[in-house]
Amino acid sequence: MFDNIKILYHQGKQFIPNVKTVEVPGVFRGRPIISTVNVDNQVLVSVCPLGAIEVSPVRINLGKCNFCGECSFKFPEKVKFTKDYKLASNTPEGLIVTEGIDKPIQLDDSIIRPEIRKLFKGSLKLRQVSAAGDNSCELELNASNNVQFDVSRFGIEFVASPRHADGVVITGPISQNMATALQITYDAIPEPKMVILIGVDAISGGIFAGSPALDRSFIEKYKPDLYIPGNPVHPLSFINGLLSLLGK
Amino acid sequence: MNYIVAIKNNQTIPLKDIPEQSYTTFLETNINLLKDRDDRHCVNYFGFGVGDTVRLFCCIADDSMHQIYLSSCVINKGTTLNSFSKFNLNFEKFEREISENFGIRYTDHPWFKPVRYPFNRFDKSKSISEYPFYNVDSEELHEVGVGPVHAGIIEPGHFRFICNGEQIMHLEIQLGYQHRGIEQLFLQKKSLLERTILAESIAGDTTVGHTTAFANLWESLAGYQSPEDLQFSRTLALELERIAIHTGDLSALCTDIAYQLGSSVFGRLRTPIVNYFQEWSGNRLAKGLIRVGKTNFPYNDQLAKRLESVFVAYEPDFNEMCTKLFKLPSALSRFERTGVVTLDEVKSIGTVGMAARMSGLNRDIRLSHPHNLYTTFEHQPIIKHHGDVYSRAQIRREEIWQSINYIKSLISKVPEFKRVVEPDLKPQANAFALSLVEGWRGEICHCAITNDKGELALYKVKDPSFHNWLALAQAVRNNEISDFPICNKSFNLSYCGHDL
Repeated sequence: MFDNIKILYHQGKQFIPNVKTVEVPGVFRGRPIISTVNVDNQVLVSVCPLGAIEVSPVRINLGKCNFCGECSFKFPEKVKFTKDYKLASNTPEGLIVTEGIDKPIQLDDSIIRPEIRKLFKGSLKLRQVSAAGDNSCELELNASNNVQFDVSRFGIEFVASPRHADGVVITGPISQNMATALQITYDAIPEPKMVILIGVDAISGGIFAGSPALDRSFIEKYKPDLYIPGNPVHPLSFINGLLSLLGK
Repeated sequence: MNYIVAIKNNQTIPLKDIPEQSYTTFLETNINLLKDRDDRHCVNYFGFGVGDTVRLFCCIADDSMHQIYLSSCVINKGTTLNSFSKFNLNFEKFEREISENFGIRYTDHPWFKPVRYPFNRFDKSKSISEYPFYNVDSEELHEVGVGPVHAGIIEPGHFRFICNGEQIMHLEIQLGYQHRGIEQLFLQKKSLLERTILAESIAGDTTVGHTTAFANLWESLAGYQSPEDLQFSRTLALELERIAIHTGDLSALCTDIAYQLGSSVFGRLRTPIVNYFQEWSGNRLAKGLIRVGKTNFPYNDQLAKRLESVFVAYEPDFNEMCTKLFKLPSALSRFERTGVVTLDEVKSIGTVGMAARMSGLNRDIRLSHPHNLYTTFEHQPIIKHHGDVYSRAQIRREEIWQSINYIKSLISKVPEFKRVVEPDLKPQANAFALSLVEGWRGEICHCAITNDKGELALYKVKDPSFHNWLALAQAVRNNEISDFPICNKSFNLSYCGHDL
């Protein structure tokens, strides 16, 4: 019993008191800023392995970006990745970062369904489905449950049964082999329900976009309520995305 | 006449140097190579389809001689053959994969079933929902089906148990849900960066392992000897990845026996390690860290000093928690003699990595076919003998200690990172290359074949899980079904690495 208390004491304070303002360590690649410096646009577009960069004006689509940072290594004067981990949006357009504009990514409050904040603000239960995810976003979703990030302090929890869930959290580009299971899981969730896409693979297919082994018809059928970019999604991106959606 | 050719790990040879034999000789040669030799096992066996024919390549690693024996054989698609598996179960899944891809029919395969229902399978008439499960017609036994969606944040797979009351008689594991067509995408994506990112995405929990295998292989194909600084980064990252995952898995083991303290403490101890990856490379799982022929994140003394301080904080808390857990009767009663796989069984299955070392089978690429900086020191694999959950937990604890020691010695002399001009890495034409890397799960094998223009004609990935899933099915036999979660977590096998 005393050694248990000793272990507890030795952990010190682990939880992150304020998940909205805490600074992440190191050289985290979060929201990019694009300067108005002129560079060879053709090379800039071609350096991106996922086709996330478009020109006139120069834009990075975070729904396609896997945050490898190659554009910023090639053109450090043009693209800079900041440590801003608040990357979530509820529209695909909201994920586009344009040159010369340095402002936080925010949700469009006007299109959030009223029932989401009314019903789920106090308690949100989610069913996660890994649909050909590579286990990186899955690891980070698990990490958001650990004692440091502790997402459950906001009443947000992952549940085992879709019947207990208020929404489905999808990771991975959605393979043909997983499409039916995803549909069955979604159907088992009672109304009203949400669809949340986690990570570049889920949002756009990522490096797997266009692979004949995928079946992304689910995304076309149901409009996602939240897109959280990242590869993998940082636990703080995930938590802040949900908090913005719930208006917390 | 030579029936085989021997190569070293990370060696590229002309495709024409690999001997071609008749199927009967091919079978005899490879079966005889493995007969009564525990120091040899099949690291890869696959088909390369050209028109209506398939050239089969068999790669047998010899741990004592530090060599890999290659042989090949050309057959027609859709032919009927005798199986290797009848003589040696190591080939069981490889032959199922060959059959699934090229319609080869084996007359005497003991478990002739689909592997992953890939999009380009030979017979598209059947889909994943029609998998032919083994079943027993009995009034006494019942079946429990679990998945593909599981009660947690994990990857999908279907587990079909046949139970007698609470006791598991048989478990069949059906995978394939994670299939993304990776091997085909390696050929479709033309740029090196795209392919590197594909390698990073084979299994996100083994980002460093798979990307290192790809980078080593590509550099070998292009005849490029990467400098010491790149070797250093890869070796250091491999050991850090091992610490991060083992710590997380010890947490998960505690969760599955409802030991809250261990679950929380090991769970939070994983964070400083993955955060260190972020400090070094900007990504908690080291995506972006390993690149072919270059690095975007040169290592320096400041980072080394920082890592020392991470360990100063990590070690006492980790050791304190381990001392408690590995003496706790309620934990030991769940770990000991649960999920046993015997030495004979692991030899027969042909498991690799931790799933071999848990039962006394010394299989570790860092020792037997060293790559990167493992060539510079004598690695001593951690071997246990009971093959139970406890052995697997012990291996994780001791490998963490070992990795910390290796890292401390690595970072005591950080090589100079030179900003070099990116080398032109053009693969040789008509070549075959093979790369083995010891990831935290075990042996990763990547193989590549190029055509006469030096373009990639085949890319073959084998995650250690491909060998080891059968060991999990074996481990749970005669255990209570409630012990399945700890058995599963103690192995922590990859779904996406298997399904590709």
